[in-house]
Amino acid sequence: MIELRLWVVQRSGMFLAIALFILMFGIYIGNHPAGLTVNVATTAANKGVLLALVAMAQTLPVLTGGLDLSVGMVFILCNCLASHIVIGSPLQVALGIIAVLATGLAAGAVSGTIIVYGRLQPIITTLATGAIFYGIALLLRPVPGGEIDTNLADFVTYQLFDTVPTTLVLLVLVTAAVWLPFRLSVTGRACLAIGSAEGAAFMSGVAIARAKLLAYVLSGFLAALAGLLLTFITFSGEASAPAGGTYTLNSIAAVVIGGTSLFGGSGGVIGSIFGAFVLRTIEDLLFVFDLPPLWQPLFQGIVLLAAVSLGAGRVFRLRNRLELFG
Amino acid sequence: MIDSPLPDDGAPLLRMRGIAKRYGGVTALDGVDFACRAGSIHAVLGENGAGKSTLIKIIAGVVQPSAGEMFLADHPVRFATPAEATRNGIVCIFQELSLLPDLTVADNICITDPPRRFGLIDGRAQRRRAAELLARVGCADVHPMELVKNLTLSRRQMVEIAKALGRKPKLLILDEATSALTAADVASVYAILHRLRDDGLAILYISHRMHEIAELADLCSVFRNGRHIETFAKGRHSDDEIVELMIGREYRHVFPPKPVRAAPPPPVLTLDRLSWAPRLHDISLTVGSGEIVGLGGLDGQGQRELLLALFGVLRGVTGSIAVAGRPVRPTSPLQAKSPKIGMALIPEDRKTEGLMLPMSVRDNISLASIAQLTRGLTVDRDAETRRIDDMVRQLAIKVDDIDSPVATLSGGNQQKVVIAKWLMTEARIILLNDPTRGIDVGTKQEMYQLLRELADAGAAILLYSTDYDELVGCCDRVAILYQGRILRELRGTEITEHNIVASALNLGLAGGTEAAA
Amino acid sequence: MPRILVRPEFLAFAFIGVMLLAGSLYSANFLSATYLLQQLQVASFLGIIASGAMIVILLGHIDLSIPWVVTVGGMMSTAAAGWWDPALALPFGVLCGLVVGLVNGIGVAFLRIPSMIFTLGINAVAQGLMVLHTGGFAPQDKATPFMHWLSVERSLLGIPNALFVWLLVGSAVAAILGRTPLGRYIYAIGNREAVAYLSGVDTRGVLIICFAISGACSALAGVLLAGYSDKAYQAMGDAYLLPAIAAVVLGGTNILGGRGTYLGTVAGVILIGLLQSILSVMQMPEAGRQIIYGTVIIAMLLVYGRGSRVHS
Repeated sequence: MIELRLWVVQRSGMFLAIALFILMFGIYIGNHPAGLTVNVATTAANKGVLLALVAMAQTLPVLTGGLDLSVGMVFILCNCLASHIVIGSPLQVALGIIAVLATGLAAGAVSGTIIVYGRLQPIITTLATGAIFYGIALLLRPVPGGEIDTNLADFVTYQLFDTVPTTLVLLVLVTAAVWLPFRLSVTGRACLAIGSAEGAAFMSGVAIARAKLLAYVLSGFLAALAGLLLTFITFSGEASAPAGGTYTLNSIAAVVIGGTSLFGGSGGVIGSIFGAFVLRTIEDLLFVFDLPPLWQPLFQGIVLLAAVSLGAGRVFRLRNRLELFG
Repeated sequence: MIDSPLPDDGAPLLRMRGIAKRYGGVTALDGVDFACRAGSIHAVLGENGAGKSTLIKIIAGVVQPSAGEMFLADHPVRFATPAEATRNGIVCIFQELSLLPDLTVADNICITDPPRRFGLIDGRAQRRRAAELLARVGCADVHPMELVKNLTLSRRQMVEIAKALGRKPKLLILDEATSALTAADVASVYAILHRLRDDGLAILYISHRMHEIAELADLCSVFRNGRHIETFAKGRHSDDEIVELMIGREYRHVFPPKPVRAAPPPPVLTLDRLSWAPRLHDISLTVGSGEIVGLGGLDGQGQRELLLALFGVLRGVTGSIAVAGRPVRPTSPLQAKSPKIGMALIPEDRKTEGLMLPMSVRDNISLASIAQLTRGLTVDRDAETRRIDDMVRQLAIKVDDIDSPVATLSGGNQQKVVIAKWLMTEARIILLNDPTRGIDVGTKQEMYQLLRELADAGAAILLYSTDYDELVGCCDRVAILYQGRILRELRGTEITEHNIVASALNLGLAGGTEAAA
Repeated sequence: MPRILVRPEFLAFAFIGVMLLAGSLYSANFLSATYLLQQLQVASFLGIIASGAMIVILLGHIDLSIPWVVTVGGMMSTAAAGWWDPALALPFGVLCGLVVGLVNGIGVAFLRIPSMIFTLGINAVAQGLMVLHTGGFAPQDKATPFMHWLSVERSLLGIPNALFVWLLVGSAVAAILGRTPLGRYIYAIGNREAVAYLSGVDTRGVLIICFAISGACSALAGVLLAGYSDKAYQAMGDAYLLPAIAAVVLGGTNILGGRGTYLGTVAGVILIGLLQSILSVMQMPEAGRQIIYGTVIIAMLLVYGRGSRVHS
């Protein structure tokens, strides 16, 4: 059983995030006036999955040791695009969805190409491409508006079999169809290798360019999914810079809470999903505890700070101070 | 054009003709002809900067030659990436490990061509393959699912070797691949290499250790200043002759004379029952003014930890440290280097612990003594330049412009920069962590001379070295460590290579267990 | 090619020249002293923020708490004017920013939490505190006459006072980086913290001081911004974070730390300021501005900000 022990220990960050989420969600439901009803669960799920998808998008570049500051803007861009074209006959709707997802892929490809072949740093590259994507979003939706196919929206935002929120099912499907094959593929593992030690990865013959590019492309794809979902939820498209910025920063927090290292090389999407759920539950907790609205942002900030500082205990256990420096 | 003395059986596996490599104005390799054949262990020798690493990198596809041709089994080849070289059966184990610390051993071993199922990595088959290879190199105790970063350096190097074997090499290149191995692991590797040679593999072996060459190699090639000087069979030249070929001039194995003392000198550094669980136990040692005390013993017996503990890097150190009679307890290098204590540490790895490679020679040399060079709020640049120029002269550092990046200097000169940095602090206690590892012979001699001069001026020097010749030649006393304790202190005429080795192994053999890191 | 021509600072200033030329082709008074001085006045706010941001980036870290520390500076200074004495407005505002910076430094230096995520959390906490503050009893948010004078008026030779403040801050930062021990330690830590540590540098102290300086700079900019608009308001600093980082990077500072000069940051700030103002003069809609903004940054970095090929 050494295998199991090692497997668990190596994913301790993820398990911690899951435990944290269960704890917080439990407190939330326990104090919710209505308890765990289907509607409560669905509302929570819809909001949670939205951030979870963006957090998944952020995870992939972070694994390679990079960062994507444009995920929030790809999210907004796809939301605005979807509010135009995901409407009409079933064929048009289908084509519209494909076009939105393709846009996400393309956006990721743009950032990835500049980073890989232009050899620019991810932070500043995605900062700039984020501005470009936001500009395009503004072109699409100078003012909030638009619409989306109502049947599909209802289908996605309610429940399956009247019990399970559809968004949760979709999340599981996306994780199974996109993340797991990626993680178990040679290219997926290459991403972790690059984040762990890019020089050593090169010497080992790992295909660096392809792996990095794929990480950013998939990131764009997942952000596009999130944008699509947002349109289903809000029935409109809005080019909101604050929203984009908030989702980007929250996605980074979710990734950290979920146990993925910002330096790259270890972690995964499942941890980030639960990290996102934790962040969303914090907001809901404030509502449930009837905290005066004035105190809510402060409380949220403190809990966020505490959550991302969880790993700090390590410092006090280290006996060779030289190990503190990467 | 040098012809290698290859026997008439068969063509060489690898042949290089007229290979040259230029980096800007620097010529790393100049018109090199080289060949190696299957079923042989071929050592490549030369000082740092001689071109051996460049040669290896060209063969392994890490860099491209500026000129020349390469033939593999008589087919012309050119490898644009390490992956291409590997596909052609050329596998290289570098000094800087190519392992990914955050991935498992199994993932590392099968990093580029794992067993697959339905297009995805087959984890179980991968673990099996890793376990097989680990057993082949005698490391069956390493679990394939363990993360590489949790392994000791010696085990990591063995994993690297296992990984290389897993790529089914036709030509295996080892570049200083045994530098961090324990004695047991080294013996393992020699056995494996001999087996592989008998199986028909071609093996290229770079090492600075003469006795390794003597044990392993069938053929030796000496490089100097980017040129291939000579290739000869084992036994043809004595060690001293080989060194002369490497440095191009007459070589005298001479250490500066050690002073004869009537009475023990006044103690500068006194350790009493210094401990740091689990690696150091009850270390009691005295270093007097003008003494060079060596730390010997097998690798990983606590020598590195002792130096780090003295320098304030380790937390939880117990026991007492006294400097010139006064008890001190440094809890950081900042405290350790303060004038009250006056320590200096030449660290183990100059590239990651001693130097900021992209920064200038000036910035590197003055880093530890900036406070002394400050007048009021600003740094006195003129005083700094004067003192640095003095230092460069004193240590004979070959550099044209002290504002050029330190990365442009040769290995030996880089190490001199590290030493210069600490000499600027006028430390009275100098700790050295294997300072001459990977340094060319010429610079080594200069360093031995320097150490004796510093000692004669009153410094107390504690020297950890993995080179027995150095310990014998430089030190007034040698303390042998075993499992974190001082086993024996050798003095005067007792300090011989035989006694050092015997002491290091003595308890190990008697106790029945082999020393391991 | 002579080395100076490929230095990022030179290229940044060259690009400024190109933009001034392009702007003058669009509108005649682009090169007028009035217009240029006005640009520099507005750029001063960004310049002060970028000064602090640069120091932290040189360390190999990043300060994402800039947005709300700017707001803290603005709000705490106006509050101090209301609670106590207008003379205390500026010092108190800067002091609050300094304290936040100290907290950032302690989190990064002692708890070893990655600066990106810790300053992000502090940003959220600062936001929470400011929301609490403004929701309280009749918050004092009016700027003092001194603050207004400092940020809007021109005293000497028609040069904006705000520009003098930037000059002062910038000279201090440039002096620190170029001439003091602290500057040497900053570059050393940014290059390789382990080496600095083993060389006896007080790495923790340096980190804390630098984050404190960054906090103070952001807060000072907030005080000036409050003076400019005559009041402090929520989210005053949101628009400044990304331009500050962009300015530092465009000025040739390596985002990973260890390399960069203050002159370059000055060029980067002016560049960003000019770019934003040209786009506004051309009456380019926001969408176009964002696209051009992003494209220009990438284009410039492709010229001089490229990393080296990975070889070992």
